[in-house]
Formats: sequence, C-alpha cells, structure tokens
Amino acid sequence: MEENLPIYKKVKAISFGKISPKLIRKMASVKIVTPELYDREGYPVDGGLMDIRMGVIDPGLKCKTCGSKLKECIGHFGYVELARPVIHISYAKLILDILRKICRDCGVVLGEKLKPEEDAKEKKVDVLDAKKASARAPKTGVKCQSCNAKQFKIIIEKPTSYFEDGKRLSPIEVRTRLERLRDDDLPKLGLNPKVFRPEWTVLTLLAIPPVTIRPSITLESGERSEDDLTHKLGDIVRINQRLFENINAGAPEIIIEDLWDLLQYHVTTFFDNAVPQLPPARHRSGQPLKTITERIKSKEGRIRHNLAGKRTNFSARTVISPDSMLDLNEVGIPKQVAMKLTVPERATKWNMDFLKKFIEKGPKEYPGANYVVRPDGRKKKISDETKEQLLEELQPGYIVERHIMDGDISIFNRQPSLHRMSMMCHKIRVLPGLTFRLNPAVCAPYNADFDGDEMNLHIPQSEEARAEAEILMMVHTQLISPRYGLSIIGCNMDAISGNYILTKHMSIPKEEAVQLLASIGVDDFKRLPDKETVTGKEVFSVILPEDFSFTGKTREGNPVKIEKGKIKEGFMDKANLGEGHGLMLRNIHKNYGAKEALDILGKIFRLGIRTLQINGLTAALSDTDLTQKGKESVEKILADAKEVVNKLIDDYHNHKLDAFPGRSVEETLELKILETLNKARNNAGKIVQETVDKSKHTSIIIDSGAKGNVISMAQMAAIVGQQALRGKRMEKGYEDRTLSCFEKNDLSPKARGFVENSFKKGLTPYEFFFMSQTGRDSLMDTALRTPKSGYLYRRLANSMQDLKVAYDKTVRDASEKIVQFKYGGDGIDVSKSEGGIVNVKKIIESTR
Amino acid sequence: MESTLKNYKDKLPIKLLDEIRENTPKGVSSSRVKKIADAVLEEFSSSQVEPGESVGIVSAESLGEPGTQMTLNTFHFAGVAEMNVTMGLPRIIEILDGRKKIATPMMEIYLKSPYNKGKDIKKIAESIKESELKEFIIEVDINIAEINIDVKLNTAKLKEAGIKDQEIIKVVEKLSKNCTAKINDSSLLIKLKGKDQNINELYKIKEKIKSIYISGIKGVSQVLPVRREDEFIIITAGTNLKDILELEFVDDKKTVSNDIYEIESVLGIEAARQAMINEIFKVIETQGLNIDIRHIMLVSDVICNLGKIKGITRYGIVSEKPSVLARASFETPIRHLINASMIGEVDELNSVIENVMLNQPIPVGTGIMKLYSK
Repeated sequence: MEENLPIYKKVKAISFGKISPKLIRKMASVKIVTPELYDREGYPVDGGLMDIRMGVIDPGLKCKTCGSKLKECIGHFGYVELARPVIHISYAKLILDILRKICRDCGVVLGEKLKPEEDAKEKKVDVLDAKKASARAPKTGVKCQSCNAKQFKIIIEKPTSYFEDGKRLSPIEVRTRLERLRDDDLPKLGLNPKVFRPEWTVLTLLAIPPVTIRPSITLESGERSEDDLTHKLGDIVRINQRLFENINAGAPEIIIEDLWDLLQYHVTTFFDNAVPQLPPARHRSGQPLKTITERIKSKEGRIRHNLAGKRTNFSARTVISPDSMLDLNEVGIPKQVAMKLTVPERATKWNMDFLKKFIEKGPKEYPGANYVVRPDGRKKKISDETKEQLLEELQPGYIVERHIMDGDISIFNRQPSLHRMSMMCHKIRVLPGLTFRLNPAVCAPYNADFDGDEMNLHIPQSEEARAEAEILMMVHTQLISPRYGLSIIGCNMDAISGNYILTKHMSIPKEEAVQLLASIGVDDFKRLPDKETVTGKEVFSVILPEDFSFTGKTREGNPVKIEKGKIKEGFMDKANLGEGHGLMLRNIHKNYGAKEALDILGKIFRLGIRTLQINGLTAALSDTDLTQKGKESVEKILADAKEVVNKLIDDYHNHKLDAFPGRSVEETLELKILETLNKARNNAGKIVQETVDKSKHTSIIIDSGAKGNVISMAQMAAIVGQQALRGKRMEKGYEDRTLSCFEKNDLSPKARGFVENSFKKGLTPYEFFFMSQTGRDSLMDTALRTPKSGYLYRRLANSMQDLKVAYDKTVRDASEKIVQFKYGGDGIDVSKSEGGIVNVKKIIESTR
Repeated sequence: MESTLKNYKDKLPIKLLDEIRENTPKGVSSSRVKKIADAVLEEFSSSQVEPGESVGIVSAESLGEPGTQMTLNTFHFAGVAEMNVTMGLPRIIEILDGRKKIATPMMEIYLKSPYNKGKDIKKIAESIKESELKEFIIEVDINIAEINIDVKLNTAKLKEAGIKDQEIIKVVEKLSKNCTAKINDSSLLIKLKGKDQNINELYKIKEKIKSIYISGIKGVSQVLPVRREDEFIIITAGTNLKDILELEFVDDKKTVSNDIYEIESVLGIEAARQAMINEIFKVIETQGLNIDIRHIMLVSDVICNLGKIKGITRYGIVSEKPSVLARASFETPIRHLINASMIGEVDELNSVIENVMLNQPIPVGTGIMKLYSK
C-alpha cells in the first residue's frame, strides 16, 4: 500500500516437506464431520465444509478463529478423519518402490550390506534418486538379510492398488509396513526423515483447505454456486461418513470394501483429476472438475499464470498512430488516459502550493489529481465534497496522486515482447485525440505498424523505478541492438525517400529552406549559405553537427563525403539513414553520444517528411510503363525461353536428354527448365531496370531503399515469373496435371506455374490459381512456425534467465557457478560495440 | 613496435594485438603505435560488459526473436537425390534440444594432401560408402531341386570397389551355421551343410543375403565428392566419425560431422561445444540473419557446462537447476514439488523466477547490489 517504504521483510529461503498427520491436526481449526454446507437460513453449518472457523467469504461475517473480517482473514485449515486410510496418489510410485525395497516383516532395507553408517552419509538428502534405485524389484524367493523372512513380488495395479503375490495389500497393511521403516534407513531410499515419513503418504487425516481458497460465488438468482474443490470435498466427507456408519453398524466386509474404494477414488481425484486410469470426476453438466493438480499445472495454472506472471495497475492500452513531429523518445497520450493514470508526489514544504493546484482541479479537470494518501496509508478520493477538506488537511508527508503531465516517465510496450527493445521508456506528451502517438522511426524495435495495432503504457510509481526506467530503458539507450551491435532505430519509408530527393535533386529558394528547417524544429539558420537558392545538400547539412566528418558509400556504392558538417559529395539513402545499416547515424552516435544522435535522427526524419510534403511523392501506374523497345525485348526474352523449354521437352520425349549424374532424367529436365525460366525472368528484370524512367517516383522509392526492390518492379512492369512450391515447379493437383484446364502430363511452362504476365497486365485464371497456391503455402509455413519458435524461446529464456556478469567479469548462474570466464571470451558487450568487434583498422585510420 | 605493444599485453586480448601488428603501416614511429594502442584500448575498455548485465536473457532474446523469421524448409543438395540437410528453425531446435538422433546426420570429410587434388576422388568416396551385397548382385536364384542358392554377381563392380571373393564368402558363411559358399567366376553358390536340408532355411538366407554389409564405413549411406575452393572434399549422408578419422587418407584436423553427440563421444565436450557454435552459426548465416557469435557461445556454454550435453529441455538443463520453484515454473510442476517434499529441499531463492513469484528484487542487473548497514 505504501510504495515508498523500504522492503522490511524479505524471504530468504523456502523449504519443502510433507505435512504430518500430527501437524494437520495441530494447525486445523475445525474438524469436519458433515457434508452439509449451509443451514436453512443460508448460514454456514458448524463442522461443515464452509464452517466460518476456516475463514470468511461473506461480507459482514467474522472469522471465528481470528476474528477478522472478509479479505483480512487469510483462512484456516480444517481436517477430516478418514474412516480408513487411503493412498495419496502423488506418492503411489514412491510407495511401490519402498514396498519392494523393504522386508515385509521387519522393515529393513533389503539387500543392504551391513555398514549402514557410511551409506547413509553418502546418499544423504540431496543426492536423491529414488527412481534409479527402484529399478531392481526383489523377486519372489529373496530372503531378508536380517530376519530371514521370505519376500514376494509386489506389483501395482494402477492407480492405487498393491498386490503381493496375487493378494491385495490393503492401505492399512501398506501403512503398517511403511511404519516399520526406521528413520536411519530413510536416506538410503532418498528420503529426508526430518520432513518426511513414508507412512504419511497413506492418509489417515485429510487437511481441508480454507474456504478462502475455494470461495463460492452467488449467482444473480441468489443461488450459491460452490467451487470445484468444495464439491469434491463434499463427496469425500459424505462417503467418509457413510463408511464410518457402515463400519460401526458392522456391515459386511464387501460393502465396506466398496465404500473404501470409493473413498480412495474421491481422495485421488481431489488431488489429481487427470489420473489416466480413472474416469475424471465431473460436474452435473459433464465438465470435469478442476481440482488441486489442475489448479497448479500448465499455462493457466497458479504457477505460470499467477506467480510467474503478474498484472499491474497504472497502465493503459489503446490503438497507436504515427506522429513524426514528436521526438523519438516521446509518446503522445490522450487526455482521457492522462486523467486516469497518476503519479504519486509527496508533499514537502516547497511543493505544497504546486500540489494544491492539482487538488483544486480535482479528478475531472486536467491537470488535476485523483487521490490523496495520508501518512498512515489511508487513501482519500478527491471529489467536490472532499476537496476543501483535503486542501486544508494537506501537509508535508502527504502524497498526492496527480494526473500525468508532459515530461513524465512512462514505459511503452508492444506485444509480443520478444526483446528488450519491446519495452522502452518514453516521455509523456498529452495530446488531443484518442490514440497513443509515436514517432514512426521507433516502429522497428516494437515491430509496430498502424493498421490497428494496440500498445500498452505503464507509469512507474516509485522514484527508484522511474530512475531505472530513465537511465536504462530510455529510447536513446536502446539505439543499438544487443543482438548484432548495429542500430535498430533509423529512418524508414518516407523519411528515406524524402532525404534522398532532397539531397540528390532538389534546390529551393532560401526562404523556403528556412521555412522547411523551422518546421522541423531548427531555429539556427546561420549555417545556411547566403544565396538566393540553396541546394538540398546544404539544407540537410544544417542539421549535422558542425564538426562532423564522414566518408561512406550509398546503396549502390557511390561515395558519400561529409566534411565539417557539410555534404560535399553524394546523397543520402538507406545505407546511411536506414534501420540496421544506418552507417552515418551510427557514426554520429559514436562521436556525439546517444542523445544527440536521437535528436539528429528526429530532425532528419522530419526533414524527409517535410520535403515530401513540398515535393510530393506519388507511385503512379504509369511509373511502371515500359518503352516500346523495352516491351519488345521482354517479349523476345520470353519467346526465346519458351522455345528452349519446348526443345528440352521434345528432347525428353525423344529420349535424347542426358541425365545429370545421380539424377533421373525427369529431375534433370525439371532442373533445366527451372534454370531457363529463372534466367528469363532475371533478364526481363534487367531490361526493366535499364529502360524504366529513373526520375519516376516508384523508381525513387526503390532506389532510395525506402521500400520495395527491383524484383517487385519487374513483377509489376514485365513478368511475375515461376511459382515454386518446395523448390520445384507446381506439380500436384489433379491426376497427372496441375489444373483440369491442362492436358495430362503437360510439362510446358504455363501448365506448371510459370506466370508470364505482369501484375499490371493482369493474370490469367490459372496463373492466379498458381499464385494463390504459393501464397497459401507461405501462410501455412508462418502459422506452423510461430508456435514452434515461441516454445523454443520460452525454453531458452527459462534456462538462461539467471546468467549474469559477476563483479569479477565472469558469467555465473544463479548458484554462482561459472559458465564463462569472460563473457564472450573478451568481455565485449555487443550493444556497446560495433557489430561485436573493435575495429582496429578504423582506429588506425582515425589516429592519422 | 613490439616494445611498445609489450605494455599492452595484459590489457588487450591477443587477437587485437595481432590486428594492430597486422594493420599498422610499416615503419611508423613508436609514439604513433602507442597512440594507436591507446585508442584501441580505450575503445576496448569502453565496450566491456558491466557487472550485473543479464547476459543470459539477452542471448535468449537474441536467438528467440529471429526464430519467427526463420523458414521451416529443408535444403536439398544438388547432385544426389535423397540427400538433404535440415536447416532453419528445425535444425536450431534439434541442436538446442541436444537430440541424440538428428534428422540428417552428415559429414564433411577433408582429405590429406595427395588425395585432395581430385584424382580418384570418386573411387575414394565410393570406398567410404557403406555398401551391402545387393548392390553387387544381378540375380538370385533358388534351386529347389539341388537345394542351393545361385547368386549372380556383378564382377566389374566388385572389382571397382576392390572386394575380394574371399571376403564375400566369409560374410556369407557367417549368415547361417550350416551353409557353405563357393565362388565360380561370377556366380556365388550357397549350399546347406549336413543332412538336415530345409528349404525354409534357404529362403531365410536368401532374404538376408541382400542386406549383408560388405565394405565401406558403417553408417555412411551416401557420398558426394565436392570441390571446395581448391581442394576436393567428400560430403556424406550418415555419420561415423570414429571410423572415418582412422582412415589414413582423411585429414583428421578438418573433417567434421554435424552430429554433436558423436563429436562429444569421439572428441570430447570442448569439441562438441565448438561444433555446436559452428552449426548454429551456419544455420543463422544461411537464413540471412545476423546474430552475434557471443550469444551462440553463451548458449553452447550453458549446454556443455556440466561436461556432457544437456539440452534446453525439461530433462536437460532445467532439471539441473538448484531451485525447486524455478524447475516447477517451467514444466511438470507437480512432479518437482512432490520430489522436493520427499527430500525436504530448500529453495534458497537465488534465481530470477522465484523472486518474481515472491515480489522481491531479482538477483540480476541492478538487483545484484546489496547494501549492508549497521
């Protein structure tokens, strides 16, 4: 409740063991004797399963054991005395092992050579492997080494019946045998006598869990619906009572046996309702009960759902949309969200007036405050009625939970959170509208787009959390991916094509340039040359640091030269601005630091977009038009390829085709056809590349690296190409043919998935079908891969999460065991280096 | 230069020193060398990991995140049918699981100097291939009247493979206690010994004859000579590293198998670790992904840490964790809890997951600091 207090108690260790019957009796606050739950007034029956000595789940009632009310009382155990002992299902295997290993008469561990002390020490506690030792079950005829009694073969009939030499061992008999085992012998069986006695696995008392862990729910109709556990316990208690009555009445053995088995069944399913040999206990509706094992197990179970995974307050989720005018480390949030999420701020002498302003505004006006927390931890909601009083009451030590405002720290996240960049710290900007806004440049680490994606926002509530978030999780600290040591954040899409156009083609009047720069947040125009018109390169140079020098290459390998913060040669494209590569950005990051790099990146990004707003960028249909000459050469290439293929097919039919070594003739034919057709497609692509107009915007988009590639251009303009399924041409479908519109055994390109039209020209129906086929295949692939890789990831994360670098630079696991003497052999942190290496050559050059 | 670099011997890794030596232009002044070395040292020390860095989870993320981008396809080898290699995600899973039986075991056999020039490479390759008698058989006849089997052999092929008649007779006679074999030119005659001449026995022998192993290395089912740069190597489907390394024409320093378990048993755990790193890296590379080698090294180190291969599964590494709750939170929680109760295990809460469960600071990152006060 009080978030700023230090942790005053810490759990040091948890030890596991089995509760003894003695302890069950001792810790129980009630003995359950009746299966009834409530009396006629709906009040819990004394000695029933809902006895209020086991805790309360109704408002208004008080726990009879501790006197606390609902939610304060954590509940107390009860117990049932079982009329006859039953086997605990989880220990059934262990019981079998022990029965086989000890003497049926004297309880000595069989086959032991008589030097117990040494063995006991050796096998002590942690070296347990009960299973290993159990492999050898004594055969009939073995004799006990101490009392010379003859032993028999013991088998288990699953789940819980034991047979010795064909005769059934009753749980009573089992228990007495287990009791004979001496404490000293337990370590030999891999058991720890301090916390475990084998006979405790045959239950004589059953602990009844508190009602608070099996609360009943009241339906709208006023009817009560009990928890699954309560149902099961009701069965146990009912059968138990019947068994008691029958035993006392001296009923025939057969009836008692039956009831006993039934009791065993109920107790077993109480612990585990998915025992293979037993029919699961069901509700009246036929749905299986969720008993103790099912509560713990699996993804939805207690451990993974509630213990390893937590839910949180102070968070928000909504649709995201782009806003490149925000800084990269900002996130725009709607006012509605800002008025729900709060930051606790402690009142001091110095900020009283500041905080009072928030209280005055209250929860309905922005920026206001929602709650005031008194030093004793009591929370007061601010409303019109309480406002006046709280304002008067406020004094140092009080905490005001005020609305979040611009500049507050938040953590922004998009699922799936596959890497640490999926959760980054952003500063708040409260904006009009109903969506979260983020700079499109940070889409890459989140893997976000704006087709309806939603993202989550968290507000850290303590000073410590805020400090950690700001220092370790801020966007600028995450610029470089720890996966490969290159920048993961950079320009994308319009920002790249915009800067490409600006630095390659444009020159604008100086006035316009000033406008442009002012609109992206630059206010110092000294560095703009004093000319009537300035070039795009000069405009771009204004953003760069004044003493920045850099030489690099464009995507196509042309030189780029920047001297003293001015572009001397070349232009900007994906190679220098983009995600992943972004070499120029990487250089700025290295020389001027992360914050500066982020700032410059933001400006470059906006500059690109602004440029496009001035210049325009349209991917027109006519951009993919080929010249007459181009069209003809593409057609010729196609015709030639078809001819070659036809000849190959003829050769094949005339048995003139020679097989490749190790291949059949059919395979050879396929390979040759595939090769010919692919070559044709590539040649057509080349023609497109040569003939298409480079000044057209579609070409600019491709050349700058903003989106698309030459192949997609060729597919639009000239020819789509061969559709391949598992590395081969299409071959399945109907008998001996792909589609029913072809002749049987037709090997020609078009009958086997060669799409000779372009997307612009349009596809024939059969081409369309072939494309759909490959499209579906890749969809299948994705759908099948996601869960597989997800599971691999979970396993990796689970087994490696404890590894850390210790103060002596070794990599150690949770128990301080050394895994690596030096991380990665040289101790280099990938996210601090350039691609994981120290670039000696570069350093030598730079020291010139 | 050497005298200047001496001062940096303990400060810089050998690899970086070598790189400085290699790349520094000849005959530069020692002050320049010092300047270079200082700059390298600065760069090196500024990129060191910080204590507490949770390198494990970073590596897990680095391998897990691109998993979604890998393909599921197997990759077919050009040349020989039936020879393909598991690649992509399935291969990564296979390696990390520490599977004993991998889907496509294969070797790359490098040859020693006179043999790797390409001369007779086909013959060498064929001699390695495990062959069964059926490959040399043209026809098998059972003569019921005389109660014998007549096997027509392909003598040309036998000669090529260098198999002597005696060897065949020896292996055939091993088939059944009471049979004798004889070879006349190209036919192998198998007769039953003794009086108890049973037709059924003959039929049994006939079935067995085809699958008798006669030559080559066991386990090598396919061979493919390939030119790699300026030497010839042999790629095989199926592995038997131990026997291959014993052959005198094999370069035992370069020959590799892709079966990590086999490497572990033949060459030891350190070799297995390196093989694992190489294999994972190879897959990542062919997928066009970019993952720093350090992450792969860390994963391999975790797997090989105990001196034997422990896969990243509930039976492998996870079962070796000291903490009950950490094991229970992974898979099969009930089993772990029950076993813990039997031996009274104590969970010291040293690892991450238990502390998450208990809402306590975790012992990695900023959580490794401890503040003592009196």
